[in-house]
Amino acid sequence: MTNLKLTGVEKTYAGNINVLNDINLDIKTGELIVFVGPSGCGKSTLLRMIAGLETITGGELTIDGERMNDMPPAQRGIAMVFQSYALYPHMTVRDNMSFALKLAKKNPAEIDAAIEKVAKTLQLTDYLDRLPKALSGGQRQRVAIGRSIVRDPKVYLFDEPLSNLDAALRVATRIEIAQLKESMPDSTMIYVTHDQVEAMTLATRIVVLANKGVAQVGSPLELYERPENEFVAQFIGSPAMNLLSGTVVDTGDFTTVRVENGGGVIRSSVPSSAELKGTSVNIGIRPEDMQPTTDDNFAFENRVEIAEALGEVTQVYFKPQSPGSTPVIAKLQGIHRDVRTQTMRMSADPSKVHLFADGRSLLYR
Amino acid sequence: MSGIAGTKSSLTWAVHLSLAAMVLLWLFPTAGLLVSSFRTADQIATSGWWKSLSASEQNLTLRTDAPDQQVNQNGQFVIQGNLFDESSQSQISRWGTNSRSISDYAAGDTAELRKGGTVTVQTNGDYVMQSDEPFTGKRGTRIFVTAKSPPEFTLRNYNYVLFDPSNREGIAKAFFNTLTVTIPATIIPILVAAFAAYALAWMDFPGRALLIAVVVGLLVVPLQLALIPLLRLHNDIGIGKGYVGAWLAHTGFGLPLAIYLLRNYMVGLPKDIIENAKVDGATDFQIFTKIILPLSFPALASFAIFQFLWTWNDLLVALVFLIDSTGDTTVMTKQIVELLGTRGGNWEILATSAFISIAVPLAVFFAMQKYLVRGLLAGSVK
Amino acid sequence: MHPALQGLLSIVLGVGGCVAYFYFSNQFLDKVLFPGRGPNAGRNITRANMIRPWLFLLPAIAALSIYLAYPVVETLRLSLTERLPGNQSQFVGLANYQQMVSEPKFWEAMRNNMLWLLVVPAFSTALGLLAAQLSDRVRWGNIAKSLIFMPMAISFVGAAVIWKLVYDTRPVDQDQIGVLNALYLFFGGSEPNTWLTLPVWNNFFLMIVLIWIQTGFAMVILSAALRGIPEETVEAAIVDGANPFQVFFKIKVPQIMGTVVVVWTTITIVVLKVFDIVFAMTNGQWETQVLANYMYDKLFRANDWGVGSASAMIIMLLVSPILVWNVYNARKEMR
Repeated sequence: MTNLKLTGVEKTYAGNINVLNDINLDIKTGELIVFVGPSGCGKSTLLRMIAGLETITGGELTIDGERMNDMPPAQRGIAMVFQSYALYPHMTVRDNMSFALKLAKKNPAEIDAAIEKVAKTLQLTDYLDRLPKALSGGQRQRVAIGRSIVRDPKVYLFDEPLSNLDAALRVATRIEIAQLKESMPDSTMIYVTHDQVEAMTLATRIVVLANKGVAQVGSPLELYERPENEFVAQFIGSPAMNLLSGTVVDTGDFTTVRVENGGGVIRSSVPSSAELKGTSVNIGIRPEDMQPTTDDNFAFENRVEIAEALGEVTQVYFKPQSPGSTPVIAKLQGIHRDVRTQTMRMSADPSKVHLFADGRSLLYR
Repeated sequence: MSGIAGTKSSLTWAVHLSLAAMVLLWLFPTAGLLVSSFRTADQIATSGWWKSLSASEQNLTLRTDAPDQQVNQNGQFVIQGNLFDESSQSQISRWGTNSRSISDYAAGDTAELRKGGTVTVQTNGDYVMQSDEPFTGKRGTRIFVTAKSPPEFTLRNYNYVLFDPSNREGIAKAFFNTLTVTIPATIIPILVAAFAAYALAWMDFPGRALLIAVVVGLLVVPLQLALIPLLRLHNDIGIGKGYVGAWLAHTGFGLPLAIYLLRNYMVGLPKDIIENAKVDGATDFQIFTKIILPLSFPALASFAIFQFLWTWNDLLVALVFLIDSTGDTTVMTKQIVELLGTRGGNWEILATSAFISIAVPLAVFFAMQKYLVRGLLAGSVK
Repeated sequence: MHPALQGLLSIVLGVGGCVAYFYFSNQFLDKVLFPGRGPNAGRNITRANMIRPWLFLLPAIAALSIYLAYPVVETLRLSLTERLPGNQSQFVGLANYQQMVSEPKFWEAMRNNMLWLLVVPAFSTALGLLAAQLSDRVRWGNIAKSLIFMPMAISFVGAAVIWKLVYDTRPVDQDQIGVLNALYLFFGGSEPNTWLTLPVWNNFFLMIVLIWIQTGFAMVILSAALRGIPEETVEAAIVDGANPFQVFFKIKVPQIMGTVVVVWTTITIVVLKVFDIVFAMTNGQWETQVLANYMYDKLFRANDWGVGSASAMIIMLLVSPILVWNVYNARKEMR
């Protein structure tokens, strides 16, 4: 069942500054949708438009079939967890959690019961009468989440909720959120982050936003394995996917491409039609898919400039193809001593080779 | 910077000394007023207040009791008593009976009087005058003494200025009048300004930037401009001179600073909290009363202190809008200005009245200094 | 009614009235005018939110316009008219201004005000800076600051009394009870001076009172600014071999120049409005007249509203460059 729907939504600020254009999304009950994108892509703005904190300047937002464009935030059936937690500093944890319910004139006994229950799940029972300033960062985070849970909203909105936590706590809280989601299978969550790991681990579907619009929507592995365009290909995964330019030399169920500046030829399992022969494409290979080879059938050959030994893998940076261009990176399993200054030949499994023409993947043509 | 190697200690001393000198210089005038308010009129008039703090050697001219106090003891006419007030702790070292030789005798000596008879003066001021003939004349004999007096203070001035019903220039009434002006004139603008500041800080409406600019501009408009037009306005609408007019005037004049201070503070409150309250279902009115007001307490306190000090210390608004020809509504500042005119020489009354009037602001100042400083820092246009 | 009771009542009425106004006007807007329910809920809420700011602002705007904006215009009008018997008035053009500039007392006030403008902000700021720098370097600095700041709480009238005692004069054969004369005689002065009647110099004795009051203000603001200077820049200068004075004048002062200007202009405004000190200490006699007191004389002693208003406009004119500058800065900051 569709829970939240965005149709042709756009945001234009005064002075014709357009930040989001034609956003279409169908979010189903029980999904955890993650918005990712580079900073300034409008992912927080989109979330705030759903919350009702920014006006929607075009298109339509419906929640449970009801048009919400002009509804004030409180009547949209949403709850939001802010990056800074936004706890009311002058109220105790209990008052923070009950504030919305009291405003909605709920019965005090119900309010108390709801708070006790949520506090128990989030292990906040002992802290209910403390002020936010007497809590640790993780506890504050939990209060912020608990505050939204007691309202029992149709949709939870999370605006980068983990970015104020230190690294260790972030991992722990990320797992807590995943468990929380599992315990509330019917709740819909929309989660904004710039951290790919959060996106990959939490999301049922990821929405990649770029260039004022949606670059791709899909499950984490879909995005990783079958990126729709160069942007998504390079945005998901770290280090980013290598892009090499090449020319199509053979088409069919497999496509063969000659790599420019690299010297070799590579096969991809992406099928292609005959008219592509001779056109130039970009070849995308993730660093972890690059294989060293001694074979004459190599894709790419160059001198290693830097080798970073991380223990489990060694990251190898090749000399840039032309001055100023991004160096090709390969992630080699295990420890490789003495690869620096060596010339290496690299290839990749055809199923791991992506092809892009004009920025779009050939898979989706 | 205390950890930096090779710092010269002489410089540190210079810093301590110059700061101490500055503090003393700043404190000295006020201390003078405070000390003087505890001295008698005579003491103030005859010696600098700074001398009253230590035991001082003074040359005094005192008088014995008048001859009508003499008693006849076994054919000897005797006048005895003490040269000082009962409470005095002064110690006489030398004394004399003639203004040209005021230290001829030591305490305990006996001197011949010019008009006949003898006088003996003890260290504590006890004296005995004896003569075979009756003493004549209306006034007592002058005794010139060199006495060492310990510091001596009295609460009599305060009693006189505050509580003496016979004193028509008493300041008690003016004190309450001042209070009557001050409290409403402090509270009302805070309330009005707080709402306006919230609108200017957190609500979106056309003309907001312009309004803020207007407030900043009005911040420096001299209130001198407002005197005549407003006095006329007050007379026209029937308020005339009185408390209502003074409250309204203080409210109007205090508003720009209040709005400016409070807006600056409110704008700095975390945006997320206010948005969260919106998501929680609070209306603007509820956000204001339940979130903004409690969180703005420091700013409210600092403005309250400013406005309190300003209205308490004000003279001009009171002169123009409050005090009518009956003078029933006079405030302390006006009372003191009047005393300066009529009782310019009576330092004991002036000093005591002035100190009473500055004591309240000083108490507020020392109790709430933290908020005052915070307000000043927020209030100066950057 | 007893004034205290009346005061209490007015607090209740004033405060209660304000609260009631804000509460009920909001209720009216949300419940009656644009109810946030029913088919038009969304649109109604948007409309209510367009009106609400004005509800919040109305009392403030009313008070500001009546008590500050209207008087500026009205004073300008009064300065161009002459009062006739029977509450009439007549437009006289610049005649009031002409009369004013023909009066020597006015020029005396102008001269003195210029003196005040030169001396008071300069000394207050300089002494404030000195106090700030000194007190930041010693452990008892906060107490020192508190004591130097204290005169800020004292009324101009109270300060006038305090300093009159300092300047007091007794006949030559008596002990001096004013510190200034006592010191003057101690350091070899021949006879006590009546300081407040010494033309030209007496202006400076009045200015000292205001400097005494304002130094604390300057100190507080400048001290905060000094603390805001990144410690690294000072440490870098020390490593570069600067001595304490060079650190202060070449590293610290340039970095707080903006704040110095703010302090300076704020004190300038205070100086332009200075009234109570002169009113209480000399009342403009012995060539100590200043504009604000001159204006008060004209308005309430001579009952000459035209010239009084004209002189008020002069004060406004002197303030307006600062007004413009402040507005300009505030707008720049908001962007």
